[in-house]
Amino acid sequence: MTQWNNNFPDSRFELEVPDPLKTDEYVLNMGPQHPSTHGVLRVVLKTDGEIVESATPYIGYLHRTFEKHAEHMTWPQVVPYVDRMDYLASMNNALGYALAVEKLAGIEVNERAQYLRVIVAELNRIASHLVFFGTFGLDLGAFTPFLYGFREREMILDLFEEISGGRLLYNYIWIGGVAWDAPDGWLEKVIKFCDYFEPKIKEYNDLLTFNKIFIDRTAGIGVIPEDLAINYGLSGPTLRGSGVNFDLRKNDPYGIYDRFNFNVCVGDGTRGVVGDSWNRYWVRILEMVESTKIVRQAVEQIPDGDAKETVPKNVRVPAGEIYFRTETPRGELGYYIVSDGGKNPVRVKVRAPAFSNLSVLPAVAPGTMVADLVAILGSLDIVLGEIDR
Amino acid sequence: MEAKEIFKKLQDQFGEAVQELNDEVMQPYIKIAPDKTNEIAQFLRDEEDLQFDYLMCLSGLDLGENLGVVYHLYSMKLKHKIVLKTEVSKEKPDVHTVANIWRTADWHEREAYDLLGINFVNHPDLRRILLPDDWEGHPLRKDYKPQKSWHGIPVTLDSEEEENDAVEQ
Repeated sequence: MTQWNNNFPDSRFELEVPDPLKTDEYVLNMGPQHPSTHGVLRVVLKTDGEIVESATPYIGYLHRTFEKHAEHMTWPQVVPYVDRMDYLASMNNALGYALAVEKLAGIEVNERAQYLRVIVAELNRIASHLVFFGTFGLDLGAFTPFLYGFREREMILDLFEEISGGRLLYNYIWIGGVAWDAPDGWLEKVIKFCDYFEPKIKEYNDLLTFNKIFIDRTAGIGVIPEDLAINYGLSGPTLRGSGVNFDLRKNDPYGIYDRFNFNVCVGDGTRGVVGDSWNRYWVRILEMVESTKIVRQAVEQIPDGDAKETVPKNVRVPAGEIYFRTETPRGELGYYIVSDGGKNPVRVKVRAPAFSNLSVLPAVAPGTMVADLVAILGSLDIVLGEIDR
Repeated sequence: MEAKEIFKKLQDQFGEAVQELNDEVMQPYIKIAPDKTNEIAQFLRDEEDLQFDYLMCLSGLDLGENLGVVYHLYSMKLKHKIVLKTEVSKEKPDVHTVANIWRTADWHEREAYDLLGINFVNHPDLRRILLPDDWEGHPLRKDYKPQKSWHGIPVTLDSEEEENDAVEQ
């Protein structure tokens, strides 16, 4: 410690400086209302200057006791509720629930309905990843990608509006089939969208993916090693960003996903290191291409038929229980459903992918800058509606 | 590895703490003692031919007289699954934590504590996760009655129901 009074002319001004200088950590409340928390999430940060010492998420601001509600609903009535969990990928949520109940009740689903389900689920995956692409750029100060992403997402929402009547919450996938068959010319419009969409990926890459500022902000930030990712139960692109080749559509196939050719995209360290924020982002960009491939194949193979043929008038579920998991844009969505043979479920427990994905934050946050925490949080792609349920 | 072999292996290791196997249902499960969950979990994760490194889901549920905890396990390396179940009484709902084995269990156990009131022994940070800290009761219990108000905010519509009843009479 330098002495204050060495060259000072008047010793009356000599100050007593405690040695060592006492410093305190600073507690910072990020959220609940904060644009980068994607909903209402509160993270309490303990910081040492700009460096985060610990981050503790506080969740529950969007809690609507979905699981309690479900116990008082009949089996089909639960579908609109699951739509409202991950509101950016309602189709995928409903698909998981419908498949779980069908498996438990032994309901066969019409072929055409199965293909329609895959088409809407994959389109919803693209739409969800586009929101991620836009908001992730926005978190890091890039405004333009947001407009680009939402431009294309709008087209998907138009397609959804035409087939289901809804733009965000669809209630389209029902137990035993779908709510409506596709209107005339809808499938051609889907192909038209694919033709339009595929070249746009290059635009995204030019604009954001390989942008030097973007890479500097994300590469090497928030590295989650493979074993940590598995131990924390991460799933989806967040897990694959850490280099784990695991996708439920391939590794634990459900529905008719085994009929399509597509690749599982894994973080490969093209920029940065495997497991960092950039690689999690990169996995999602690659996945959009793969989803378009699946959509194209599904439209090509879709048979004629009555998509509503197998929707039962009364859903009867025998006593039993099942844990069924599907791959949503955010990862492994699991439904643990218990039935006693009655007209409503005894228990519907949802294993939300974003719930587990967010729980890793306290493990990766220490030692990062506050601004980098925003990048990490964005790259986890959380939806609070699903975490809080 | 099949459920039968896993059951055999666990029984050899833990004896009576591994209570029964039910492999006639769609997804076979093994019932274990609530005070041995931690040791059994450790064994399942670390044993060479089991390697259950991924906890898919941890759910609590109300079974009427008792409370239950269900663990759905998966092995990323060996690609096999198993379901574990344990039961505790509502008077003394103590289950030993597995949060130190699979870190993902940390939040799932907090959720089960919050919504069902299951007490996870040795959990590093057992407090409510979805509901406010000063909430009363555990909503997912079948006999749950919500409180009237919370910090002056009405919670139930009981007063309205009473009014309606009065009008009808």
